[in-house]
Amino acid sequence: MKVKVLSRNPDDYVRETKLDIQRVPRNYDPTLHPFEVNREYTRALNATKLERVFAKPFLASLDGHKDGVNCMAKHAKSLSKLLSGSCDGELKVWDLTKHECVRTLQAHEGFVRGIVVRFCGTSFFTAGDDKTIKQWKMESPGYGEEEEPLNTILGKTVFTGLDHHQKDGVFATCGQQVDIWDEQRSSPIRSFTWGVDSFSAVRFNPVEVRHHVSTTLRHTHTHTHTHTHTHTHTLYSFSMFTLAYKVFIVSLPDAFKMDCLIFLCLTSLYTYDMRFLDRPITVHMDHVSAVLDVDYSPTGKEFVSASFDKTIRIFPKDGGRSREVYHTKRMQHVICVKWSADNKFILSGSDEMNIRLWKANAAEKLGVLTPREKVAVNYSQKLKEKFQHHPQIRRIAHHRHLPKSIFHQTKELRVMKEARRRKERNVRKHSRPGAVPVVSEKEKHVVTVVK
Amino acid sequence: MASPGKASVSDSHVGKKKKPPARYWQEETDGEKKGAEDGGRAAEEEPRTQKPKQEEHQRDGKRFISGKSDPFPGPAPIPEDRLQKFKRKEKTKKHRRQHYKLRDIITRSEEASEMAQKQAARFDILLPEDAGFLEGDEEEDTYTISQEDIADAVDITSGAKYFNLKLSQFGPYRVDYSKTGRHLLLGGRRGHVACVDWQSKQLMCEINVMESINDVKWLHSETMYAVAQKKWLHIYDSNGIELHCIRKFNDVLRMQFLPYHFLLATASASSFLKYLDVSVGKEVTAICTKTGRLDVMCQNPHNAIIHLGHPNGTVTLWSPNQKEALVKMLCHQGGVRSVTVDKSGTYMVTSGMDKKLKVYDIRALKPLQSYFLPAGASCLSLSQRGLLSATTGDVVQVYKDVCNTPVTKPYMAHRVRGTAWGLSFCPFEDVLGVGHGDGFTSMLVPGAGEPNFDGLDANPYRSAKQRQEWEVKALLEKIQPELISLDPCELGQVDQATFQQRHQDRVQALGFDPLAKEKFVPKYKKKGRSSTGNVEKRKRQVAHEDQRDIIKQTVEDKMKMEKERKNREKKKAKLSGSRSALDRFKN
Repeated sequence: MKVKVLSRNPDDYVRETKLDIQRVPRNYDPTLHPFEVNREYTRALNATKLERVFAKPFLASLDGHKDGVNCMAKHAKSLSKLLSGSCDGELKVWDLTKHECVRTLQAHEGFVRGIVVRFCGTSFFTAGDDKTIKQWKMESPGYGEEEEPLNTILGKTVFTGLDHHQKDGVFATCGQQVDIWDEQRSSPIRSFTWGVDSFSAVRFNPVEVRHHVSTTLRHTHTHTHTHTHTHTHTLYSFSMFTLAYKVFIVSLPDAFKMDCLIFLCLTSLYTYDMRFLDRPITVHMDHVSAVLDVDYSPTGKEFVSASFDKTIRIFPKDGGRSREVYHTKRMQHVICVKWSADNKFILSGSDEMNIRLWKANAAEKLGVLTPREKVAVNYSQKLKEKFQHHPQIRRIAHHRHLPKSIFHQTKELRVMKEARRRKERNVRKHSRPGAVPVVSEKEKHVVTVVK
Repeated sequence: MASPGKASVSDSHVGKKKKPPARYWQEETDGEKKGAEDGGRAAEEEPRTQKPKQEEHQRDGKRFISGKSDPFPGPAPIPEDRLQKFKRKEKTKKHRRQHYKLRDIITRSEEASEMAQKQAARFDILLPEDAGFLEGDEEEDTYTISQEDIADAVDITSGAKYFNLKLSQFGPYRVDYSKTGRHLLLGGRRGHVACVDWQSKQLMCEINVMESINDVKWLHSETMYAVAQKKWLHIYDSNGIELHCIRKFNDVLRMQFLPYHFLLATASASSFLKYLDVSVGKEVTAICTKTGRLDVMCQNPHNAIIHLGHPNGTVTLWSPNQKEALVKMLCHQGGVRSVTVDKSGTYMVTSGMDKKLKVYDIRALKPLQSYFLPAGASCLSLSQRGLLSATTGDVVQVYKDVCNTPVTKPYMAHRVRGTAWGLSFCPFEDVLGVGHGDGFTSMLVPGAGEPNFDGLDANPYRSAKQRQEWEVKALLEKIQPELISLDPCELGQVDQATFQQRHQDRVQALGFDPLAKEKFVPKYKKKGRSSTGNVEKRKRQVAHEDQRDIIKQTVEDKMKMEKERKNREKKKAKLSGSRSALDRFKN
């Protein structure tokens, strides 16, 4: 007779001393783990619910401005520094870790229209309504020294936007015309105009700097007689100094942002491929009022938009709908927004003189995570992704509380859109086949492209 | 460098002649070889073309300083059967029209799951324990070996697992092992309840409920158990303190606990099947089965479906989501005496009054084997590794491989002191517990238990702290009773409901049909233009508008196809060329 009976040595399964961690032998045999899909689903559902429970994005409010915050700039080298300019010409430098203002200076008379930090981080430029561009030192003046700009350039017209080149000592302003300035000279090295339009924002292309074909982009509004608000954006080729494109878009004018793609907005935002400006790649819709500012995350996968409807929204780069909406009772029209360089925070400056600090990922835990926490977060993230299309999970994950007015406005807009669609459908039904073609949402907004 | 996975086994260096040690007169040739890319190759490979040489060089990229190459290049091969064990599903077919993004996602997730499968299969080789076995000598049948012999032959701790408890006063006994297999619950017909840590033989509590007991069951952990007493269902804790008396559950005869759903399913004498959610203490559903006294019950551990056996020979399958049975099977000529389902949910074994023991495939609902037992089996139990134990009177028999191959002899047999009433294999141990009229017998059945447990699921060696942590985790991932269905993987599949189905659901949920077309009511027009005739005319204009469109479209399509067909025929006729003489009479 040969016999063997299961006999385990408890020493192999129990920890030796109290200081050890517990032994957990594993066996991944599927028959020992029944209902794996159902259990994973339950875990995913719990993770989704917990995410909504922990979604507390608002971190701090930086107050101190005496008028609405009109523009902000991130420091090129330091994560904790933020510059903001208000409508009364005051400029403040903030320390974000301490949530306090470290320096205040009266930069301009009237609005501060644009701030940009030089790529080295030692100085910054401001442009204002008083037709001046000023360069300031980043360091605050020592005891007894007076707050004075390094340089002051007096322009001929009011400036509405400002941007600095990423590598060279060149910056650009816009207003009635787009000017390219050398830091060393007090007159623009180049000016561009197109028709009578004025420009509201200007950006250097961050990607194509090496080829010196940085492009600036312009935005104007032309009120034509037919009550159509045309919104154009123009692309200049910097090296060849020629005008490349001009796109007319039926919408209200506002801000735009340019990365490798171009971007501009009304209640919708449009992402363009810069090479093919006749048709946006994606139309991002969710805001119920004009979009005033936009900023990409440093990863380039998402962007944040600030709107006149008192909310900020986060959109995925290629998604038509926002994944997140932030609002508070006290936040008024949001004028400017910035995504911090560590991809973790969002800063919004609004009409009621406050700058607000938000988490980019609402449910994220701040601070250092232990390895086990990290593993748990990654696991639940993967689960949420896996089961995201299940109706119950989708409902919970997508639900956001909205202020009453925005909620009703959204509903109203939906009804209006549906009515328009229905009408178009009926018109198409009763006209000659092909007479009323189906125009996609992307194509609808572009009127013409002028080369 | 090529990935190590590309190395084929046939090309490995295993079995190749070892290079003889270098000698001084070979210096020249060695120098030549050094010039070549591959120093470790034998001379016979030199005439090869350049290309395969490069490949080989890439393959055994790992070189030791000594110049020798890895004799086992690439990852170790994994046995096919182990891979099969961890296979979840077949690869999805790629449709030509699939969107490229979707295709990418599917490919990537399949790669990940394949890797996981391989890793799990590799890990499986490293598991520490092996299953038990019992082999007789030549010409010796294993069922002739007595329990005493086995207990003598094995080590002391295992030998101590064979024991008898003489409890002749309150028997016969029902038996239940906790999920980890550490704790044993005994319930005597005449009211005696005892819970024991049976390995250390420590008595946790012993009470007499002063009522007749029909069944006992551990709940999710060893701190609580349910006792089906004469009238109500009671819940006690491990100290024997009565926690609840649940008056909603009366005349309970048999109970089953679904550990992942935290549901206690009870079958009563009044033919009610009721589910109690033990985590919140609420009755989930009560189903009137209308089949009389329910005293045969078991659960399918694979999909949490309850199987009930009835006096008319049928076995019915139940889920809490449906008031009717999911399946009704006629299994026996007489009444069903006992039912049991194996761990993987593939096989069901039933025994009936017709003295037969039958094996069914419950995925296909087909009979597989039928055995005749001279006295019939009163209790059945399947172990984790598929051993079947059956009791006839006071004899306990254990069979091996009943499901796949017809067996003639039992694997083991043992006679207990009284008629067996409760029977249960202990999880993760080679032990079979038998409750009978004279107490309880713990038998050794080598090869019954799963040798390697999973520490996060059911850990027999867990501490109190670990148990508490496990309890919290288990409660968090409690599966809702709505998810119980015949196929437990249903949730992971694509919901391919047709438009009609979804529309029907929507109508049912809303209470009205959102897509229903309003009936056309012509506008009232003045000056006599709304005469009945005119109204009818206008109605006729819009009547069946959508249908007309469809009809028009189909007619057009048909015409088009007909035309194309004719064209094709014409072309064919032209191509076939030679006109016969009779063609002139055509048309």
